[in-house]
Order: sequence, then structure tokens, then C-alpha cells
Amino acid sequence: MDLLKIGGIELKSRLFIGTGKFPSKKIIPDVIKSSETQVVTMAVRRVDLEAKEENILEYISKDVIWLPNTSGARNAEEAVRIARLARAMGCGDWVKIEVISDHKYLLPDNQETIKATEILSKEGFVVLPYMSPDLMSAKRLVDAGAAAVMPLGAPIGTNRGIRTKELIEILIDEIDLPIIVDAGIGKPSEAAEAMEMGAAAVLVNTAIATSDDPVNMAKAFSLAVIAGRTAYLSKLGATKKCAIASSPLTGFLNEGEF
Amino acid sequence: MGFYDVYINFKDFDYDAFFENVTSTEIKRILNKNKINIYDFLALLSPKAESFLEEMAQKAHALSLQHFGKTILLFTPMYIGNFCVNRCAYCGFNVDNNIKRKKLSPEEIEREAISIAKTGLKHILVLTGESPNATPVSYIIDAVKILKKYFDSVGIEVYPLTQEDYERMVEAGVDNLAVYQEVYDEKIYDRVHISGPKKDYHFRLDTPERGCKAKMRNVNIGALLGLNEWRREAFMSGLHANYLQNKYPDVCISISPPRIRPHAGCFDEVHNVSDKNIVQYLLALRIFMPYLGITLSTRERASFRDHLIPLGVTKMSAGVSTEVGGHSSNDKGEGQFEISDNRSVEEMKNVILSKGYQPVFKDWMQI
Ligand code: SF4
Repeated sequence: MDLLKIGGIELKSRLFIGTGKFPSKKIIPDVIKSSETQVVTMAVRRVDLEAKEENILEYISKDVIWLPNTSGARNAEEAVRIARLARAMGCGDWVKIEVISDHKYLLPDNQETIKATEILSKEGFVVLPYMSPDLMSAKRLVDAGAAAVMPLGAPIGTNRGIRTKELIEILIDEIDLPIIVDAGIGKPSEAAEAMEMGAAAVLVNTAIATSDDPVNMAKAFSLAVIAGRTAYLSKLGATKKCAIASSPLTGFLNEGEF
Repeated sequence: MGFYDVYINFKDFDYDAFFENVTSTEIKRILNKNKINIYDFLALLSPKAESFLEEMAQKAHALSLQHFGKTILLFTPMYIGNFCVNRCAYCGFNVDNNIKRKKLSPEEIEREAISIAKTGLKHILVLTGESPNATPVSYIIDAVKILKKYFDSVGIEVYPLTQEDYERMVEAGVDNLAVYQEVYDEKIYDRVHISGPKKDYHFRLDTPERGCKAKMRNVNIGALLGLNEWRREAFMSGLHANYLQNKYPDVCISISPPRIRPHAGCFDEVHNVSDKNIVQYLLALRIFMPYLGITLSTRERASFRDHLIPLGVTKMSAGVSTEVGGHSSNDKGEGQFEISDNRSVEEMKNVILSKGYQPVFKDWMQI
């Protein structure tokens, strides 16, 4: 069976989902169910353990892997502190590193992300860093002990699709870890595209959370991810850059005169 | 270079001529752009753009959904003192006004905090008038330390401080600074700030920047609408936010669009600012700065606030009392202005949910 292995755990679903931006937390269990996801991310800064009704964790079942994220962190040190706090709160060992010090485009800071990854992987975390797709940074994340690499397709929330396609393809070719496309995916077809490219998984939040029917949209994404993955495994017909003439220039070589 | 240099660039700008020249074609072109510049922003604030409010609203709504989703952060202000040495023509705390003055003792602050925390709120904004004697920096810091026990995020809306004092505030756990320029027009500023330290236009103008330098996480700015022709003030507020966001990308910048409210005292030179004007301002802002926070206070009426939810507002106050000790004490000090939306936190929460949005109580924590 085609399983995705991260941090020693085998996953059947290649769709990860986010829990921010939903119209109500109450809808989250249904979204998780219809998406068939096994990994759900949530912002530690929004977790309120004291207020039961306001506590996002109350809405995410224990059957899925909790992927707390460090959103709000401006540097490696803050990300590390948030990750430790998440573990202390009982969120488990997985953590998505998000270090953002730019509130105009919300682009990740690769250098600080690498630093945080190094510290946290040594502490036994399964670290999934969110990054700008840059090959050298991705290699450093591998060295730093990341369990997967999460390049952005387009800036967070823009729903613009996989604008960084060429760069992500390079990561898929060169990096020996699962590549999970995070941010930018706005449509199921784009999730399918990422999977066809050979991405190991995709993380979707805005496109599901802000649609008119998040439960059905989650379903649509789930199907798209399966379709894209199936296409990838079936080896898409190679696209050719130049046309092949029906009477080739070297055809005479096969004509038996030599 | 500070923001004053930007202000000076526009000091003699001929707004009327600019607005005259804005055409419908241009507005349409702007609304098709991905990223707009400051002149496009000004065009969206023009009278001409009033005929395009629906198109602007569609765009602003889509941008807000993408960047913030269907969520509204709730917070409440807490007045801990209303002593003030300034004479601001438009404010009830004005030193000349014969109102009941009060400042809360540490015990009263704690009682007030407990009573607010019971409503579920996790974000709070501490307010005082400007009185370095009655409510000095050390007093505010002590208050913050008490509040940190009950709230995840503590903001301050107090008189302008030095960068060093802001650093002390950050150290004590403050993550949010609100400071309003009131009016960007230097001449009007001078006229309405009759006397007191607030008269110093430059010191106030640079305050948000000192907060950014001191590493506040959030800085909220804005003009008090009504003191000057609103389009100019809206434009300068946007330019100021843009200036800060470009220079301090690690700070979350927000804008509030407060309108002058009735209060103890008299000020009659108010420029009229209609609901429609406020809507145009918020829409133009959202299109100009898609990631900008927009805070809406209870100065606005309930139904108007509800309609603004999908248009780009990211933060709203709830369960508000502008009186000192207003949440827990019978011996209250008088309020700064009349609020318009008296709904409790629970009521606000239900309204937000009924609009298809999620009320967020906790969006930050000290780490
Ligand atoms: S606006 Fe502020 S500074 Fe001016 S009188 Fe009121 S409280 Fe004092």
C-alpha cells in the first residue's frame, strides 16, 4: 500500500488540514471526518486550555495526529519556546515550525526556521518546517533533522496556487524527505497538481475554511489529493518539450541499408 | 527619517484637484490590480469612488477572508485612571471638566480583572488619561503585572512614552500598544490640543514608531474622525500604517477608525463623518493593506458594527465600560465618552457566530 511515512508513523491520507479561519470551531470535527485527514494543525497561541468551549483541542479528536504550529513566532527562540509549550500542554511530539517576521506578506524566515529545527529535532520533536522553497535552505533543514519539508506554493492565504512550482519540483527531485506543499493551494485541482508533481502531501486551510461549505470542500480536497497521487504513481505520460516529427530526420538509420 | 517627512510631503498636496481628476475608469483599473499604491489608495478614498462601494466591498471581503478567515478577535478596554493634565477640546477627561476623578488601587484592579476574566475574554487594553503624577509609568507597570495573571494579552492605551519606557512595558508583559494621532493636520492638532504635554505634535506622531522600536508585537494607530475632513485623515492614517509596516515588518500594525462621540465637555466644530464614509475608509484600507488589522470600538452602534464584520474588521471590543472601575465597582470614575454598543461579551459572541464568524478570545500568549 502507498503509505506516507513521517517520524516513524505511516499515514494513509496525504491531506493535512489547518484549523484557523473557520466560521466556528464546531464545524471542525465534521471537516476532519469528511477530509479523512490524519494530521491536523492548530496554532498554539489560540489554544486556551482553561476555557473548555474555547479550547480548539476539544474539537480535534485524538485519532488524528496533532500538529501544533508556532505561528506568532518571530524568531527561532520564540518558535522553540512555543514548541516546548505545546508539548507540555499535551499536544504530542509533532510540531510545525512557522517563523514569520514579515507582516506584509507573511513569508517565512528560512534561517531562523533552520535554527529552530536543529534545536527541536535534538529534543526529540518530529519537526515539520514551513519554508520558502529554496534548495540550499531545504538541504540545511535535512541536516538539521527535519522530518519533512513544507515549502509554500504561494504566500499564506492567497489561494493563488502553486506559483513556486519550478522550485518545489527541484526540492522534490533533490531532497530525500517528504515534501509537503503548504500555503497557497486554493483549489482541489491545485492540490491534485501538487500531488501529480510528486509532492508527498499537501496542507490546506484557507481554501477549506473560507468556502461556503467547508465540509464538502474538505471532501473535494480529499478526492483531489487521491486523484493526484494516483496519477503520479501511474506515471503520467511524459510531456515533451519539442514535437516529434512523424517522419523523423534519422529514420533512414532504420531502413536497413547499413 | 520619521513619519513627519512623509506628512510634510503631503502638506501642500492639492487633494481637491486630485479628487476632481479621479475617473470611473481609473477606479475600475485600481480594483483590478493585485497591489495598489498610495495614489490608488487616495483614489479609493475619493468622492468618485463612492459609486463603487459594492465593488470595493466585494474585493475587501475576499481579501479579508483570505488573510484572516471568518474570525473576529474580542477584547475589552479597562480604564484604570481618568486623571489628565491635558486640555483636549474633544475629550471628557479634559482637566477643565468637572468630572469625578478616580484611579484604581491594586486591589481594585485585581477585582476588575477577575470580573472581566469571568466573561471569557483573554485580551485586555489598559487605559488611563495623561497624568504622570496620578498614574506614572511605575503604576501602569504594576497594573500590567496584576493583569498578566488573568489575561494572555495586555495592551496599553496611555499617554506617549519614551522608547525606554516602552521597553519596560514590553518587559512587564505588554504586547499591544494603541496610540492615536487624533488628527494629522498639524494646525488643527495645535488648535484642539489647547494645553498640556499632548500639545507636542512631533512627540505624539513618533510614538507608534517608538513602540515598534521597543518591540511591541502589535501597534494600533488612527485618527479620531471628525476633527478634520475625513478623507485627508483617512489617507494619512493609511500612509502612517504603511510606513510602519514597511519599516517594522515584524510588528503587526492595526488601524482604528473612531468617530467623535458625545462626552462631558463641548466641542462643536465637528466635521461630519457618515456611516458610508466609514465604510469607504475601511474598504480602501483593506484593499491598500491586505494584512492590516482593523479594530472597531463600541463607539459605533450595534447594527452598524454587525454590518462591518464581513468587510474587513479583525478585532472588536465587547462588554465595554469607559468608566474607571466600571466592571466591578459601585464607586466608579466618570467615563471618557458615551459608548454606543452596550452588548455583553456573551451577546457579542453570539452575534459574531450568527454572522457566520468565529469569535476568538485568545490569539496570543506570553512565552
Ligand atoms: S484625549 Fe486623552 S489626553 Fe486628551 S484630555 Fe482626554 S484623556 Fe486627556
